[in-house]
Amino acid sequence: MVVEELEVLFQERIDANEKIEPRDYMPDAYREHLIRQMSQHAHSEVIGMQPEGNWITRAPSLRAKKILLAKVQDEAGHGLYIYSATETLGITRDELIEKLHQGKAKYASIFNYPALTWADMGAIGWLVDGAAITNQVSLQKTSYGPYSRSMVKICKEESFHQRQGYEVIAAMAKGTPEQKEMAQDALNRFWWPSLMMFGPHDSASPRTGNAMKWKIKRESNDVLRQRFIDKTVSQAALIGLTIPDSDLKWNEERGSYDFGEIDWDEFWSVVKGGGPCNLKRLNHHKKAHKDGAWVRKAAVAYAKKYSNK
Amino acid sequence: MELLDLSRFCMRLGDSCLIMAHRQSEMCSKGPFLEEDIAQTNLGLDLLGQAEALLIYAAELEGKGRTADDLVYKRPERGFYNFMLAEQPNTDFAFAVVRQYIMTLYLSRVYETLAKVDDETLSGIAAKAVKEIAYHQRHLGMWIKRLGEGTEESHERIQTAINELWMFVGELYEEDELDLKMQEAGYAISGEAMKAYLMANISSHLTEVTLSVPKSVYMTTGSKKGIHTEYLGYILAEMQYLQRAYPDAKW
Repeated sequence: MVVEELEVLFQERIDANEKIEPRDYMPDAYREHLIRQMSQHAHSEVIGMQPEGNWITRAPSLRAKKILLAKVQDEAGHGLYIYSATETLGITRDELIEKLHQGKAKYASIFNYPALTWADMGAIGWLVDGAAITNQVSLQKTSYGPYSRSMVKICKEESFHQRQGYEVIAAMAKGTPEQKEMAQDALNRFWWPSLMMFGPHDSASPRTGNAMKWKIKRESNDVLRQRFIDKTVSQAALIGLTIPDSDLKWNEERGSYDFGEIDWDEFWSVVKGGGPCNLKRLNHHKKAHKDGAWVRKAAVAYAKKYSNK
Repeated sequence: MELLDLSRFCMRLGDSCLIMAHRQSEMCSKGPFLEEDIAQTNLGLDLLGQAEALLIYAAELEGKGRTADDLVYKRPERGFYNFMLAEQPNTDFAFAVVRQYIMTLYLSRVYETLAKVDDETLSGIAAKAVKEIAYHQRHLGMWIKRLGEGTEESHERIQTAINELWMFVGELYEEDELDLKMQEAGYAISGEAMKAYLMANISSHLTEVTLSVPKSVYMTTGSKKGIHTEYLGYILAEMQYLQRAYPDAKW
């Protein structure tokens, strides 16, 4: 069968909502798109361990410490799971990490903002995981089988994470004046970057066309962003916090909130490396990888020694 | 058995678990590879659970109205009774492995004994911990082998860690008045039996992979009286800072 025919059959399967599995035919561009998107997703889970990991040793109660430690471990597990799913596309985890270190692969820009106070553990769980779930629920229906299945598993854990974050920030919002101030400050700092997590406006998102045609992406950036805003506004009100957007207003006609313009200059700057923690996050990952090289070597040498016997 | 004695006994054990959990959680996002990152922090999570259970019981037995969180967040350096070995830093992966490996051998004997005592709370905590510690022992034992026999560098690093941490092992079989009371009540094995168990296991595991047991005789002492290495102060400064900076806050 010639490539053109295979591509037609492939698109027919996509249109019929069939899942594409690792050994099925897929166009190179589909494979490349998935590798880029899935590895970015896996890297995000792993880099995302840093801002929260940074607070485990300072968590203010045994309960909070246990939950946060378990949560960050979940993120590591998600990273592992998505790396494995990505490897089904014919690329190794080592290659993916190499690309991350070379700056050729990205991770979610949100993790390039610092986690400054304990309230940030609330804001990250509530808003960042909240935005991620909105995206990931949609991705459960993505056309690539292994990715879709990994999203089903991950979404279950993420919804627990979001509740955990909301609990942290809610307790602070109802706490002492200093705690409330920290909670509001965390919301102020994380609100806009959370909205940026959905990516540029649909009109400025060059890869969306193919991704939608191939059903890798099932809903557009703007649709997902709006859904997140609509469900989050009342959650903020419930705990007495104010969303830092003076243009935020219920639009009766649309049945949605209107909201202010996102600072796209900031968005592109952070995407391109110019954010407060870009260098720190990447250097941390590189250092851990380099510091662990002798351990990995020893494990491989030991395994070889005993597989030959 | 005096309740205060039992409380102090649980506090000592709980403190060691707590401080090790702190060290293990410091390794989060710094593991040599992702699976091991998860494994190492998982050891920490188990230890944190054990610490919490033991400190809740210690606080209850003490009867002064303190909670486990009060014990963790409001005691000063000299009020902590963890072994000095537990607070030693993650200088490299080998140091973390050796610290946990030795402490795990110790804990396995402690919990096996406690699982059989006539105290439902304590035997319950211990029965759960026995299972967790068995996994820790397997995992850490594998790393002793891999690092011991892996490469020249790994062999050298793990031998260095063993040599440098050895001076803290003596505390694990040291006895004070409280230990003797606990032994009498069947809550603990004798220092001599613990020493024999540790030495036999460590020496057979190490020699199997061409590592050696250090010959140095100097051993530290004092953690049962709240004497520590300088590391503990930094651990507590970090761990307790929010509770101390905002004493009226609930989290």
